[in-house]
Amino acid sequence: MPGFDFSNHTRNAALHARGVPLPKATSTGTTIVGCIFDGGVVIAADTRATSGPIVADKNCEKLHYIAPQIWCAGAGTAADTEFTTALISSQLELHSLSTGRKPRVVTCMTMLKQHLFRYQGHIGAYLVVAGVDPTGVGLFTVHAHGSTDKLPYVTMGSGSLAAMSVFETQWKSKMTEQEAVTLASNAIQAGIFNDLGSGSNVDVAIITKEKTTLKRGYVKPNERSKKQKSYVFKRGTTAVLNEKIITREEISKYVTVTELGTETTLGEKMDLDV
Amino acid sequence: MEFGNSGMLNEDGIHVDMDRLKKGEVNLGTSIMAINFKDGVILGADSRTTTGAYIANRVTDKLTQVHDTIWCCRSGSAADTQAVADIVHYQLGMYAIQNGRPPTTQTAAAMFQELCYENKDRLSAGLIIAGWDERHGGQVYSIPLGGSLHKQSYAIGGSGSTYIYGYCDANWKEGMDEETAVNFVKGALQEAIKWDGSSGGVIRMVVLTKKGANRHLYLPDTDYTVRHE
Repeated sequence: MPGFDFSNHTRNAALHARGVPLPKATSTGTTIVGCIFDGGVVIAADTRATSGPIVADKNCEKLHYIAPQIWCAGAGTAADTEFTTALISSQLELHSLSTGRKPRVVTCMTMLKQHLFRYQGHIGAYLVVAGVDPTGVGLFTVHAHGSTDKLPYVTMGSGSLAAMSVFETQWKSKMTEQEAVTLASNAIQAGIFNDLGSGSNVDVAIITKEKTTLKRGYVKPNERSKKQKSYVFKRGTTAVLNEKIITREEISKYVTVTELGTETTLGEKMDLDV
Repeated sequence: MEFGNSGMLNEDGIHVDMDRLKKGEVNLGTSIMAINFKDGVILGADSRTTTGAYIANRVTDKLTQVHDTIWCCRSGSAADTQAVADIVHYQLGMYAIQNGRPPTTQTAAAMFQELCYENKDRLSAGLIIAGWDERHGGQVYSIPLGGSLHKQSYAIGGSGSTYIYGYCDANWKEGMDEETAVNFVKGALQEAIKWDGSSGGVIRMVVLTKKGANRHLYLPDTDYTVRHE
């Protein structure tokens, strides 16, 4: 049969009506913030990614590269923030190449809002856009439906209320870089400790006219400590009921056997309890 | 992504009830107005934007420039009204270049109406357009939800406007001087902010005359008495 097949739509509607929920996307139940200081802007984020009640990643990156002097902090659907920022980053680079000018923060914000508005909120990306361009310092928030705000300090995500309370009590105009970084970091920590959707570490990106500094793990207030006791079972705890040895020559009849390096030469070690 | 519409399967097929505002959408639960006075027009607005019960921005600028002396007040969905205003801003810029003269307020209002009417089932935007042009002087147009266009001597809009119909009707005078007109707008918005929970923050105003645009800002700390900016 030529043409489109809509049978899956009918199936999904029937399943939905019978109370079958849609599969859950990994969401960054997040705290992200941004703050302008004298001569630049700082953005910060926590590093917890969740999938429903499960912590899907304890140390994920929520600060996304757009251009050397423009960075984005993302909340909402992890995949959407990742791909939207990557797409706009690419378009902005081409735009910068064809105009022969440095990319601007307002241009980035406009491209993001027009992209998100076209998708009417179905792309669940909530972003804090920050950067320095030839026109000066820029800091914006972009909501999934395509609305934008321009403010000297901003927060987003599930931990935005906790973070905003820090800004509203401690923010002052004309801060130094160090004051702004500390304030942004404190705001994220308020999210980490008071919001269930946020946790783990604080990532910070500092953008000035001269350079951008990404500080991954600027604060690590949730380091896993060494256990006081070892909980490893003693060798021989499990009884051996029978034993059968298959030699390499024997198994080579069915599969290809390749010799690998020693344990130390292979990648990272798995995080195990000792 | 969650939406406010619940899907249901009836014997007559799939039934979807659409809420006007999608879940989690940024809302301008607003008090906005624009009035005519002796020398031109004045636009006024509160500064609150909300997502549900949370104030997403307490110092929002709901008065948006779409040409040199044509501005609009936005109410409803922040995303929708920003998108519409951005499009008209672009169209008016093109119009001025192609015709070699600035557009009239009526032209701007007609552009807004076309977008609001043709996309009425997709938009939640309540707009007030006010401007000053050489030919007609100051003018005020209102475009409510359905996309109709009304030329008025003054217009009020947003959730807070319901509380000030009486105030405006009782205190309105044709051809006020600037100071009286500013006090009329300020007095009306103060009442709207007082009674409407979705309105609040600062009062922003734009005065449009032959001399161009002039911004006013009044803070609640001084009971909206002192003009800043």
